[in-house]
Amino acid sequence: MTTSTSNAGSAAGSALRRGRRRPVDSIVKVLLVAAALVSVVTTVGIVIALVQPTIEFFQQVSIVEFVTGTSWTPTFAQKAYGVLPLVGATLVVTAIALAIAVPLGLGSAIYLSEYANPRTRKVLKPIIELLAGVPTVVYGFVALFALNPLLQKWWPTDNGPAFQNLLIAGIAMGIMIVPTIASISEDSMAAVPRSLREGAYALASTRMQVSTRVVVPAAISGIVAAIVLGISRAVGETMIVTIAGGLTSDRIVLNPLEGAATMTAFIANISSGDIPVGSLDYDSVFAVGALLFLITFALNAVSIRMVRRFREVYE
Amino acid sequence: MSAPTLTTDTRPDPSAPGSALTQRRSRPGEVAFRLAMQACLVIAFGVLAALLAWVLVKGWNRLDSRLWTEMPTGLVSRLDGAGVQSALVGTLWIISLVAVICLPIGILSAIYLEEYADNTRWYNRLLELNIQNLAGVPSIIFGILGLGIIARTLGLGFTIITAAIVLSLLVLPVVIIASREAIRAVPQSIRQASYALGASKWQTVYRQVLPSAVPGIATGSILALSRAIGEAAPLIVLGAVTFITFNPDGLDSRYTALPIQIYTFITRSQAEYTELAAGAIVLLLAIVLAMNSIAIFVRNRFEKRW
Repeated sequence: MTTSTSNAGSAAGSALRRGRRRPVDSIVKVLLVAAALVSVVTTVGIVIALVQPTIEFFQQVSIVEFVTGTSWTPTFAQKAYGVLPLVGATLVVTAIALAIAVPLGLGSAIYLSEYANPRTRKVLKPIIELLAGVPTVVYGFVALFALNPLLQKWWPTDNGPAFQNLLIAGIAMGIMIVPTIASISEDSMAAVPRSLREGAYALASTRMQVSTRVVVPAAISGIVAAIVLGISRAVGETMIVTIAGGLTSDRIVLNPLEGAATMTAFIANISSGDIPVGSLDYDSVFAVGALLFLITFALNAVSIRMVRRFREVYE
Repeated sequence: MSAPTLTTDTRPDPSAPGSALTQRRSRPGEVAFRLAMQACLVIAFGVLAALLAWVLVKGWNRLDSRLWTEMPTGLVSRLDGAGVQSALVGTLWIISLVAVICLPIGILSAIYLEEYADNTRWYNRLLELNIQNLAGVPSIIFGILGLGIIARTLGLGFTIITAAIVLSLLVLPVVIIASREAIRAVPQSIRQASYALGASKWQTVYRQVLPSAVPGIATGSILALSRAIGEAAPLIVLGAVTFITFNPDGLDSRYTALPIQIYTFITRSQAEYTELAAGAIVLLLAIVLAMNSIAIFVRNRFEKRW
């Protein structure tokens, strides 16, 4: 405050202000624009990085084989480049993760938003945000060394889960996504105006009725956005599936008890080894990357639209 | 990630007098629903807490000074005297570089978008949409960007500066989005008062708006840095999966970092490696959770409500 009072002498109107404009202001503006352009350059860079090797890839592999082929074996002698096994494994893991994360995340959000007293909420909310920051390599580690041995021990039949399998990767990923879904859904439930709840209570609704028939429908676009964000994170998550999900990709694996490589796991696995630049294997990393980018791009677009809708209504 | 919202809490307080009315009407279905919701919370976070406790127990024997005074090794016979010093030092290098590269760019972008950009222009709206979209791009795609453009085309190779640039770009949207929210929360009247006293646009931003927005910006920046510390996927693509037994000594040095070192240990099947991985995870979690706690504390304690 004191600094600006020292400039009070020049406060006589816009003409004066224009006269006092300094080079600093225009230099600053150039700097600011340059900084803002970095994010544009990043996107352009991603697209350029993906496009050129992807084109080279499709000069040798037909798009039809890529999209419809049921075997992905770049490292075998008999090479095949059908992406369906990678997409299938990604879908299986994502479905398992969501089956766990959506009910648990939503339930947690409803409890926090509608049942917990404000003091509990004030303590629990930061803890949830804290847990959302646990690095994913940690989830991969516990999936492989803590959860999977338990699962194998408790499995009722003989042909139980493999050492690495899609089920355990999905479960770990579900646990990972819960804090994200809980936190964002709770935010959107918090944005539902109090008057809606009071109106429902005045009509003799119970707390459960208010939660399920008033608050959840009113917050639905935020909840959907949270779920879509969860899907997007699951599809793009790398470490858990690389560590605990398995490597098989020569056929489509839909049995969650077997291991299989997802799109991200393939990229991570093949690039931890030495691959010669410009080879077909090298290019295949970028082709799968491009597909992954397109899928998450579409999911993000949906999520961004949904969030915007929920902001428009109540904020 | 969930950005801190500034909405005021409008929900009824169950301990308020009015809630006695709803209490009296409670039926079995009501109680069951309440318990089910509570169970979701307990199960989800109970399992997570149990898993983290399990890691602590598993790595307990390795939690001593060896962890940060000794280097990792690929030989099982020497594993007893091994630690993760090069990974810890690498992580500290990376995080300092990310702070230097990412924070100025992120905060300046946020100032541009909030204070200078005309929101009705299509290019500014596109810029905003672009940042939101970047926030959702999988981290491994940033690794591919690093591999294709920064390491190869720009010729920086698999060095620590490549890793730092890639991670900076990865967490840039987090810094921008959090800083924008903090800047937006500063009331218009502060700016108008500053202009009325003859301050220029930049003087207003630099001396009035930014100081008021510091807590929010600090929170977002710390969260972004802690995310960069935990990221392993982009570094895998950037060829970091090897045993590096020396500390980085310059920007063009080869490196390893904690999450990558943990992954390398996990890929080894021997139990000794598992134990060392657990010890390294405890170290990583201690750093990440401490940073996140500071961030959340700063937000809850210092953020101004206007």
